[in-house]
Amino acid sequence: MNPELQKNSIFKVIGASSLGTLIEWYDFYIFGSLATIIGAQLFPADAGASALINTLAIFAAGFIVRPFGALVFGRLGDLIGRKYTFLLTLVLMGGSTFLIGLIPSYSSIGYAAPILVLILRLVQGLALGGEYGGAATYVAEHAPANKRGFFTSWIQTTATGGLFLSLGVIVLTKNWLGAEDFAAWGWRIPFLLSILLVGVSIYIRMKMHESPMFTKLKTEGKISKNPLKESFNHKANFKMVLLALFGATMGQGVIWYTGQFYAQSFIENTCKVDFNDSRYILLWGIAFATPFFVIFGSWSDRVGRKWIMLTGMLLGIIFYRPIYQVFLDDTDFSDVTQEDIFSVANPVVTKLAINGGVDSLITTSAMVTLVDGSSYQKVQSHTKFGASMDGTAAEKPLEVHPELIKDKKLSTPVFWKFVGLIFFQILLVTMVYGPIAAFLVELFPTKIRYTSMSLPYHVGNGVFGGLVPFIATLIASFSGSTPLSGLWYPIGIASLSFVIGAIYLSNKKPVEAETAD
Amino acid sequence: MNALKKGLGLFWMILGPVSILFLFLQAYEKVGLAAEGVQKTNTALQWGIILFIFIPISAGLVIFGYYALKGEYDQLSEGSEEPAD
Repeated sequence: MNPELQKNSIFKVIGASSLGTLIEWYDFYIFGSLATIIGAQLFPADAGASALINTLAIFAAGFIVRPFGALVFGRLGDLIGRKYTFLLTLVLMGGSTFLIGLIPSYSSIGYAAPILVLILRLVQGLALGGEYGGAATYVAEHAPANKRGFFTSWIQTTATGGLFLSLGVIVLTKNWLGAEDFAAWGWRIPFLLSILLVGVSIYIRMKMHESPMFTKLKTEGKISKNPLKESFNHKANFKMVLLALFGATMGQGVIWYTGQFYAQSFIENTCKVDFNDSRYILLWGIAFATPFFVIFGSWSDRVGRKWIMLTGMLLGIIFYRPIYQVFLDDTDFSDVTQEDIFSVANPVVTKLAINGGVDSLITTSAMVTLVDGSSYQKVQSHTKFGASMDGTAAEKPLEVHPELIKDKKLSTPVFWKFVGLIFFQILLVTMVYGPIAAFLVELFPTKIRYTSMSLPYHVGNGVFGGLVPFIATLIASFSGSTPLSGLWYPIGIASLSFVIGAIYLSNKKPVEAETAD
Repeated sequence: MNALKKGLGLFWMILGPVSILFLFLQAYEKVGLAAEGVQKTNTALQWGIILFIFIPISAGLVIFGYYALKGEYDQLSEGSEEPAD
């Protein structure tokens, strides 16, 4: 083929695969980003039996089923081909996301609402489990061996791109509608929008051809008859699945989810930075760091995949605690003096009747602006106990609650310092994640590649990575813990993966591999 | 290097069950500390999910250690074994 035509063709392959994968990530992330609002709309206010469904749906379901999706759709992809399998996953993901946007609230259909959400979240997880392996395999099987890292790194940008798109759509929709309308019904818009994006992507993917390597196998009648058995029952292959998981994807997964998700959750929930500010910081960090997926993917074609990925893990192990300590220190307004204060807005007092109207909760909040341009909301509340209805008990003294500082807005230098620290964390993500698709593709033979690479990828990312915010928050809630204690989970897992990877993985360069074959 | 790979194989085989035992003890302690009612149900559920997920993974770590001990990864020092198509 004419080299120019070949170049155009590979970029069409990358474009079609990346667009679909980006939309799948978008679909998957909007649920997580809107979990609190969805919870308020689709789950009952009181807990009871719904707590079980709530916990499953929000925390775990979408992540736990990803490895199962990898097995189901990986097998299908090795049996019927890559193209039709990742078309199917796209339809399932887009359809389930659209339907989440249509589900009536708990007040309309009761427990059917959370149950339907759980089912659709499971479908989303299954679809994502099938999608990524298909897209990475499809692109890698079109790419020359010495450029697999470069070409597959475009697929790697989609995970971050999907998060960027989801945050952007959410922030724009919220700013457009206002917080109240957004919480009431506007949160459905990002879900409903998905159907348009998926429609375009399906149209583009329908025009693509099957992977040349899979087509060759099919023509020669060498397609695997039982990809699951060949992947996991044959020691020669299964040992590579285990090595890929423990020596690479496990560490890569925690570095990814710490940098992109736990960081934002920490800034918003632990440091109490304003909702929009915490998202803008992440958006800037992502925007600056995303090109490095391609840079590290391409570099791995020349120097090998292993040490780029392991360096990313090692830097995370070393720098996570100092970085998060800076987040805490720079948002600590507890030692503000009178000289630091520029202005204090008139306090707003609200009174809420509690305990059947006998007692009242009185809250006083005031916006404090500091000389350096930062500001925060200072909230002081106390409970005023009234006399009992029959007048038998006298009024009790006021119960004063601890002062709260929230909705912190950072000064410009601190804002950009945080952007820099998030950028650094996402740079580590690009080091571990940029070369991983090419690394996994090269580890397994064509006839069982989709199945074999999908499982370690989704156990590493869906389970080890996906549970970072949940497990880190859980650890930080233990008695005696500090706000930084949760970081021991990603640091511990990354350390284990680094040791296994450093000792057991080879650093075979793609060109050498091709020659050896 | 091969001796180190084999030696560490034994360590991975021990690390698998030890980490699950640690998680079981943590689960027992945290569920015990949770207040009766919804909080206890939620805590038990969260730890149930964690154990459900990590038990098969730790079994995988034991198998990985066994393969390492048997020298299955020895020839990977210079290049990954490419399973035949």
